[in-house]
Amino acid sequence: MPEKKIGNQTLQFNSKPKLLSWSSIVGPMEGKGPLGKHFDLVLKDNLLEGDTSWEKTEQKMMQHSMEIALEKIKLQAGDLDFYLAGDLLNQIMNANFTARFLGISFLGLYGACSTLTEGLSLAGMLIDGGFAKQVGVSASSHYDTAERQLRYPTEMGVQRPMTAQWTVTGAGSYIVGKADSGIQLTHATIGKVKDMGVSNANDMGTAMAPAALDTIKAHLQDLGRSMSDYDIIITGDLGVLGTTVLKELFHKEGYPTDNISDCGLLIYGPDQDSHSGGSGCGCSSVVLNYLLGQMLNKKARRILLVGTGALLSPVTSWQGESIPCIAHGVVLEYYG
Amino acid sequence: MREKEEQEARERLSKRQGNIQPPTVFDENLKTRLEKEMLQDHQKAVMWEAEAVNGGKEKYKSLRQEIEKQQQQLQQIVINNYKKDTQKLAQKQTVVKNTIWAFFVGGLICTFGQAVALLFMNGGLLEKEAGSATTVILIFLGALLTGLGYYDEIGKVAGAGSIVPITGFANSIVSSALEFKTEGFIYGVGARLFTVAGPVIVYGLAVSLVIGLIYYFI
Repeated sequence: MPEKKIGNQTLQFNSKPKLLSWSSIVGPMEGKGPLGKHFDLVLKDNLLEGDTSWEKTEQKMMQHSMEIALEKIKLQAGDLDFYLAGDLLNQIMNANFTARFLGISFLGLYGACSTLTEGLSLAGMLIDGGFAKQVGVSASSHYDTAERQLRYPTEMGVQRPMTAQWTVTGAGSYIVGKADSGIQLTHATIGKVKDMGVSNANDMGTAMAPAALDTIKAHLQDLGRSMSDYDIIITGDLGVLGTTVLKELFHKEGYPTDNISDCGLLIYGPDQDSHSGGSGCGCSSVVLNYLLGQMLNKKARRILLVGTGALLSPVTSWQGESIPCIAHGVVLEYYG
Repeated sequence: MREKEEQEARERLSKRQGNIQPPTVFDENLKTRLEKEMLQDHQKAVMWEAEAVNGGKEKYKSLRQEIEKQQQQLQQIVINNYKKDTQKLAQKQTVVKNTIWAFFVGGLICTFGQAVALLFMNGGLLEKEAGSATTVILIFLGALLTGLGYYDEIGKVAGAGSIVPITGFANSIVSSALEFKTEGFIYGVGARLFTVAGPVIVYGLAVSLVIGLIYYFI
């Protein structure tokens, strides 16, 4: 039996790695949303001044968020042992360029919108395994870079269906390391790929809900916990429809769902016309900033963040394949 | 030895077939057991097939394919059940409202086009010439509104009402041009200008050819 693995899918970090610092940068629409004041920087435009492409802006958002996170605790990039990052672009180019800038050992991640929790899980493993003292984790997404890649040109006059979600323009960075106090990373549950045959790129919530269900169930089973052991169980970006589906699936199996929420529900207000809520790597990456703030204010002591990723490729999508989905969970606790 | 194993695998295969007959509602345990069993048998079949191929024979291929077929059947049942459960949860598209908007905005664009055409005819152009001139004006306006960032806002409420008229065609080309201009004029604008409009042009041409032929013969 592996020493630090509990049950089938859950890892326990005995050395209790802490979240030392974090930071978030969002676009103007996210800034106008209900969580706007909880982000470190709200851009005035989806394109930074002087940039010739949205990709450049997204890359800078990721990089700047890491720099702010480092500066908050007066560290240098060189103080990090590893950098783990990912985004939604082909070949995760934003992460690659950011890693080029930071100049530290780098592992690129692709887990679609589960990238952040994938990164935090791996950071926990690196630290708990004694391979690293401090690890940087970033994830980003950008409305305009994602839309052009996965759907239509942004200026095209098409009607988005009500099931569609709005890709969050945002980047979040986290530094995980060892410390005496702070918000601690106690467990991670690594998900399995689930595919329920949904092939509609405008309905990712329904596609991802079974993956979230599977991971949350496995997590509770592995640790012998129940829903009520958490102040909040929050999924990454299921959106309005996906959250409804997830709750329905849980109801069917007799679980209570009172403390289930979703980052994609929190980030936009009802008047912002996002249709089914937010999505993208950036969604959980920036909303976690807000959640950690709430934890520091003692509004929540233990949360389970379940990043949900729709592993969608336009190529296989056009070939008629469905969307495989994955979800990874991390447990964060604060008793300060 | 191998024959006996194959025999067993085939027996399991036919036994499973009894379980996998749509429409079926599975209990989770049975599903998990079947999935696991199929994975194991499939793995064996792949190995046996590989060994047979190396020995210059074609054997075990049918066994592998039959297991794959079962795996797909099981997956399909699960997919159908999930679809049935979730379909009713999706918020319905507001069809009536969308249709009304599409009718009026589409109608407005066409009325505007007609007015322009009449103006041209008043100015002395023949009906055919006025039609061409109007097309040019509408395409220009569609492109301009796209460039200024208004056309997608119109499209959001009007739907087909602003996609079907020729202004929508202009929008699909100009929006692609704007989108891919960052990749340069060759690989970006040049190569991807017709990403959206391409299929319309290709099949529009194909259909007009067919209709032209029919017209020629009757």
